[in-house]
Amino acid sequence: MKNWVHFRISRRFLRVWQRNVKVYQKGWKIIFLPPFLEPLFYLLAFGVGLSGLVGNLHYQGQEISYARFIAPALIAVNMMNNSFFETTYASFVRMYYQKTFDAMMATPLCLEEVITGEIVWAATKSVVATVIMTAVISCFGLIRYPEGLLLLPVSFLGGMAFSAIGMYFTGLVKNIEMFNLPVFLFVTPMFLLSGTFFPLENFPAWSRYGALLFPLTHLVNLTRDFCLGRLRLEALWSLGYLVLFFVVFFPLAVGRMRRRLIK
Amino acid sequence: MSVIVSARDLLKKFGDFVAVDRISFEVFRGECFGILGPNGAGKTSTIRMIYGFSPLSGGELQVFGLDVNRHGRRIRSRIGVCQQENSLDPDLTVLENLEVFARYFDIPKRAAREKALELLRFFALDARKDAQVAELSGGMMRRLVLARALINKPDLLILDEPTTGLDPQSRHQVWERLEELRANGISILLTTHYMEEASRLCDRLIIIDHGRILEEGKPQDLVRKHVGQTVIEVAEPSETIRNFLRDQDLPYEDLGHRLVIHCDEREDLYRTFTKEFCTAGCTIRMATLEDVFLKLTGRELRE
Repeated sequence: MKNWVHFRISRRFLRVWQRNVKVYQKGWKIIFLPPFLEPLFYLLAFGVGLSGLVGNLHYQGQEISYARFIAPALIAVNMMNNSFFETTYASFVRMYYQKTFDAMMATPLCLEEVITGEIVWAATKSVVATVIMTAVISCFGLIRYPEGLLLLPVSFLGGMAFSAIGMYFTGLVKNIEMFNLPVFLFVTPMFLLSGTFFPLENFPAWSRYGALLFPLTHLVNLTRDFCLGRLRLEALWSLGYLVLFFVVFFPLAVGRMRRRLIK
Repeated sequence: MSVIVSARDLLKKFGDFVAVDRISFEVFRGECFGILGPNGAGKTSTIRMIYGFSPLSGGELQVFGLDVNRHGRRIRSRIGVCQQENSLDPDLTVLENLEVFARYFDIPKRAAREKALELLRFFALDARKDAQVAELSGGMMRRLVLARALINKPDLLILDEPTTGLDPQSRHQVWERLEELRANGISILLTTHYMEEASRLCDRLIIIDHGRILEEGKPQDLVRKHVGQTVIEVAEPSETIRNFLRDQDLPYEDLGHRLVIHCDEREDLYRTFTKEFCTAGCTIRMATLEDVFLKLTGRELRE
């Protein structure tokens, strides 16, 4: 426990963030493609293909098209993927194969700043991907404005929550293949069962409440509300849950990485 | 001379394993200080504590008069570290590697670029400044790591086996650059298991094994003290020569197929040997630090 009692984070974590921004800028033409193309593929498959079978559905007393239902979920999943996969696979490569963290820790930077920089960077990546994806989906008229602008702060918060838990896993795994476990046991069930592709009201009560443990459920609730132009007080619960998720997993991630790297 | 690194009873444990066993030493300003030892002797563990990467298990350690436990960040801002494993950033070009690293030290952008270009010239890398790191040869990468370690104009340069794995040309180039840096007054702390490197660069050194200091001093003094000036090596020695050495009470090391005879001031022995005993081969040479090292740390393999 004493491992993560004293935090020494200064604004220097921005130096780590800047390093990742620089690398991102160099490869932006390729990195830019997934959030641009992914919504197009999904909307084509689900919005056009599947909605013929599904038709309209009732969501919280409102009748909406299936495309309008899943578009916000795609954005939420995109936030999760961009941040979670950054602090798992990408951070692991930097830490383990490229020894980037070792080099940083021979400078005035300390471990806490390196980890914070990585996590804030992953959340930034989630924001950038959200901006691109939201722009694409807006072209189909599936997002209401100005409420839709709230997607941006939400993408940062969601990014912080998912990148913190991602970094926690990075502190745990022995090798890069082991990320399969959190992906199949954490990300995939959430992807399918967080009210993404069908309303949670269709679920039996126990699993409906179970789904509330998933951070993605709350992220989907928020993005769906904002895309549909609804501002509800209940959204505060979801915001609170994401903040809590970050507050719990951030120190856990730092503690794990400290145990892993400081010898 | 002022002391810039002062270690007293320095201890590092990993669980039950004692990597550094209460060693004490001092590094003075402007000197090149070597830590020599076989693999696993505790060299890297020692210097990792100096630059604040590893917490101490015991003892006291001060760098620039500051306690490493409390002032790690201040200390690290004044040292340059060249780690054993290549930690160059493969996502960046040669120049970007230096510029991004400069930011970690809060060096302003323009000053960073000037310093980076100056260092690339110094290490003959300026023609490759826009190359990707992966395109560089091993020697170039090591020079780039050295350049990166100097980006903050450090008072102390810490080098962990700076020439391991380099070809002779690259190694000599690195040595020349390090000699030039030393002439300019930078203090260097170096670990190595190349004795030629240590004799050439180090003003003073310690030889450690199993976490303890076996010997300390200037390279030439150590050679004189432990081996003398000259060494004769006899290949495929006969029993007669062994008997002769025992009769004459001469110190020698018996390696089975080879004898190493420490024959201070007794060059005449060489003639006797070649005339009377040597059939397979007999050579006389200057004693080196390697003889001292092998004498002190033994000849068995470390794995």
